Amino acid sequence: MPAVSKGDGMRGLAVFISDIRNCKSKEAEIKRINKELANIRSKFKGDKALDGYSKKKYVCKLLFIFLLGHDIDFGHMEAVNLLSSNKYTEKQIGYLFISVLVNSNSELIRLINNAIKNDLASRNPTFMCLALHCIANVGSREMAEAFAGEIPRILVAGDTMDSVKQSAALCLLRLYKTSPDLVVMGEWTSRVVHLLNDQHMGVVTAAISLITCLSQKNPDEFKTCVSLAVSRLSRIVSSASTDLQDYTYYFVPAPWLSCKLLRLLQCYPPPEDGAVKGRLVECLETILNKAQEPPKSKKVQHSNAKNAILFEAISLIIHYDSEPNLLVRACNQLGQFLQHRETNLRYLALESMCTLASSEFSHEAVKTHIETVINALKTERDVSVRQRAADLLYAMCDRSNAKQIVAEMLSYLETADYSIREEMVLKVAILAEKYAVDYSWYVDTILNLIRIAGDYVSEEVWYRVIQIVINRDDVQGYAAKTVFEALQAPACHENMVKVGGYILGEFGNLIAGDPRSSPLVQFNLLHSKFHLCSVPTRALLLSAYIKFINLFPETKPTIQEVLRSDSQIRNSDVELQQRAVEYLKLSSIASTDVLATVLEEMPPFPERESSILAKLKKKKGPGALPVSELEEGKREGGGELNGGADRGNDMSAAASNASTPSPSTDLLGLRSAAAIGSAGPSTGSLLVDVFSEAGPTALSSGVNDEGFLRDLEPPTESSDSLLIEAPGESDSEDSAPPLPESDELLNKFVCKNNGVLFENQLLQIGIKSEYRQNLGRMYLFYGNKTSVQFLNVQTKPVEPLVEGGAQVQQVINIECLTDFSEAPLLNIKFRYGGALQNITLKLPVTINKFFQPTEMASQDFFQRWKQLNLPQQEAQKIFKASHGMDIELLKTKLLGLGCALLENVDPNPENFVCAGVIQTKAQQVGCLLRLEPNAQAQMYRLTLRSSKDTVSKRLCELLAEQF
Amino acid sequence: MIKAILIFNNHGKPRLIRFYQYFAEDMQQQIIRETFHLVSKRDDNVCNFLEGGSLIGGSDYKLIYRHYATLYFVFCVDSSESELGILDLIQVFVETLDKCFENVCELDLIFHMDKVHYILQEVVMGGMVLETNMNEIVAQVELQTRMEKSEGGLSAAPARAVSAVKNMNLPEIPRNINIGDINIKVPNLSPF
Repeated sequence: MPAVSKGDGMRGLAVFISDIRNCKSKEAEIKRINKELANIRSKFKGDKALDGYSKKKYVCKLLFIFLLGHDIDFGHMEAVNLLSSNKYTEKQIGYLFISVLVNSNSELIRLINNAIKNDLASRNPTFMCLALHCIANVGSREMAEAFAGEIPRILVAGDTMDSVKQSAALCLLRLYKTSPDLVVMGEWTSRVVHLLNDQHMGVVTAAISLITCLSQKNPDEFKTCVSLAVSRLSRIVSSASTDLQDYTYYFVPAPWLSCKLLRLLQCYPPPEDGAVKGRLVECLETILNKAQEPPKSKKVQHSNAKNAILFEAISLIIHYDSEPNLLVRACNQLGQFLQHRETNLRYLALESMCTLASSEFSHEAVKTHIETVINALKTERDVSVRQRAADLLYAMCDRSNAKQIVAEMLSYLETADYSIREEMVLKVAILAEKYAVDYSWYVDTILNLIRIAGDYVSEEVWYRVIQIVINRDDVQGYAAKTVFEALQAPACHENMVKVGGYILGEFGNLIAGDPRSSPLVQFNLLHSKFHLCSVPTRALLLSAYIKFINLFPETKPTIQEVLRSDSQIRNSDVELQQRAVEYLKLSSIASTDVLATVLEEMPPFPERESSILAKLKKKKGPGALPVSELEEGKREGGGELNGGADRGNDMSAAASNASTPSPSTDLLGLRSAAAIGSAGPSTGSLLVDVFSEAGPTALSSGVNDEGFLRDLEPPTESSDSLLIEAPGESDSEDSAPPLPESDELLNKFVCKNNGVLFENQLLQIGIKSEYRQNLGRMYLFYGNKTSVQFLNVQTKPVEPLVEGGAQVQQVINIECLTDFSEAPLLNIKFRYGGALQNITLKLPVTINKFFQPTEMASQDFFQRWKQLNLPQQEAQKIFKASHGMDIELLKTKLLGLGCALLENVDPNPENFVCAGVIQTKAQQVGCLLRLEPNAQAQMYRLTLRSSKDTVSKRLCELLAEQF
Repeated sequence: MIKAILIFNNHGKPRLIRFYQYFAEDMQQQIIRETFHLVSKRDDNVCNFLEGGSLIGGSDYKLIYRHYATLYFVFCVDSSESELGILDLIQVFVETLDKCFENVCELDLIFHMDKVHYILQEVVMGGMVLETNMNEIVAQVELQTRMEKSEGGLSAAPARAVSAVKNMNLPEIPRNINIGDINIKVPNLSPF
């Protein structure tokens, strides 16, 4: 007998539905629906009490209208009223309406809660289940507040019916997910774990979802579930296919529950108890064995169910990553699936193998399937599967197969689906860089990438190739030759023009000897692309042209002619026009010496984590990256050309923070690039602005205990206030606390930018810094005062060792985001004579470094002074002079502070007044200062007023130490 | 966790929507359209999994779907669910529908939307799987039907009679309900 008999349908509903279906147009349908809505509204409003049948009919109609995509803005109250009915049918439809149509912030929740409370107390299992369903489906916070205490009781009470227990378990899970704070662990928790032993499989099925979620959050409290889960799993796996009767699905005993048990076990490390572990390994082996047995049924459901368990078992084996035997068996099994005729299995096998590729034990085994995977990439009909194949190729790539994989990915790119092209481009770029053995291969690969998929090549990719070419002398000539050839194609992508313009501008001289690529030929080639390009590319080309004038004086007349043409010098785009004007002027008035200095070849970019990787991380989310990135660093040690080990560590830092991107990973990534990049088009600079976009320099130091390693850590309380592009792996546990004298050292630099920051018997650290608006650049010089080498220096931006008596240099780019008072910390570690030296200093970056002087007349000054009259805007200190009161010295210091020293402003000529604006990214803070010396008492009174209280306070503190 | 269950026909007309995470009504409709767009352009013998659409959570979510005759059954799930497991669950759900409606077809879903919801509730609750045993699910549904019948017996009779009489007076009621262009097909439950 069918459970739903068709004869008792609601005729009114059927008529309405068929009316709708007969509507010829959208308008007619809307008209019919509005008519019905009006009808229902009037029925609900009418005085006549509706019987249960009509209510049910109307609610069903509303549900149907909702399904068609129309808002339902009434009927909620009627639905709530149905909840308190004693009739099952009315209650049921009421609950249905509410769980479909009421969202968690509805005002009706309180009324609904009331009805639920009654039903939960009714002891009628059917009503209880309805109420529990409603809580689970709506899952609002108010509901959690009302029922989080009650439901655990229902769940573990001895006399609760099985069906109610099932619902209660899932209901509690939902509440725990929405409001974990309201679900208080207690006596019930231990009893919940024992539901794994429940006789009723349905109860176990529901409970296991709850236990898995609770275990993820509180692993220790639920540890006991491991042995229970193993024994339950073992009983299912070893049972005959008929033992579990109803829970046997196409000859597979309890597949769903088995999967869930295997998932639960993935929340924990391998069991410590030998007996439990033995039993589990036995289970896993049985599952792997069963996969080889002939199928008990030809139906796809049978193989699906069997393989669902198999894939979960393999995930668990990969998760444990400790049983080489099982891992290799798992890999072989997946290898079989790679060629299976079921597309689903091929898809899942590729996906699982991706994680398997990261295990040391199975990496090699995975690599043996490379041909199959490449074949999948070429021949799979389904883009989902091809995408998985591309992921797997990326994950299994290492030095031995990089050339093959990159070549295959490149050739696939030509036909790849649009949806995955950008990701493919990033992956190719990363692999090409990571495993580049010779850089001409790398350059070829990236240029090919631009040629094949230029539109999908993001800026990070072409910035990166330029950074690498600039940093490596050995590839520059080759790069120049290759781009020159690439540019000769009749149609080449704009990204190619950018790379070409940049590289020829820098290194065109390396190929100028060949008459086929003489300076003029190069120039004409570049210029032939000029008119097809967008403004930023044209700007870049103009910079390349001025570089040409320096490289090849013979091109000067031609290029000046171009710059002088109306289309440049009168270009409507202000950036282009300005460049044309400035470059023209520069080329005509500057002597060759000046030109050579201004247009000198770009200095090497400090090494940093590839921004491409950051981009891929961002695209895929931190969790989605194959773990192999981490492993790569482990396996290959320091052998990487580009500091692969470093990157591995970066990645681990990122991965450990996977859920919330930590500020440090951000620092390495795009945000910093964007921050500097956006500051790029400053008008004064000639070339720096173009290049600064490409080279936001950041330093990255290797984490190596034996190394000479410096971390820059912004102090935690101001970590967002000052952006230092510092290595992501700053490890505060490892750094010493700041030296006691670091504050004093810091104070030395308030009024000056250059000097010696730190010195002991071994090491001297010198500083040179320059600031412009909210940006700064600091050069750190590390001098080895001893006569022996500091060995094994692992930092990227410095040379790998510091010779006795020698110096290395490090550059830090600084951007002030908002005002701050704590200076960032500089942590230096190195090994000297076997002992690890660990020094933490305050980096002399203080808020006044971002001062822009402001000149103003006396009248203006006092007018502004008066405007800043709120008590918190002023900071004042009276203190004794500690360095004598030489007027010239005072003036020098005040000027060194960065603000403008205003003459003839204060009526008392003895006093000093200054004005300036502190530039931060977030805002500009105007500051006024007055220093009143009292020569007799040898005292000063210092008053600061600024629009921001923290700024006044900090400046006052800093300055009081200076006089 | 299952984020949403969508059933729509070959033309993208929704037949059942169930969201276990809150989305505003218009968003729900957009998600249905996007999902239909993603799923409908796929051949029948490609794989049954694909990355979620942009609206419903992107690559963190998977769409796992099956196509039965005129209907698509799409489950949107996160990474905590087994893909093949969900595929089996869809099958269990459809087989249950088939038992409850005796050769279920699209029209059953249209005219007995409430029933379909009740059956689904016995399988999935709040985004988590409640029961996978088909007999148990059918037993629960039968229990509901019996309760309905018992209530319907006496108390509902007068109302039924009244509405029947009312309906007789309405001339515009079509004699036989036109089912339009819909193809009544029995879902193909054997391997597809």
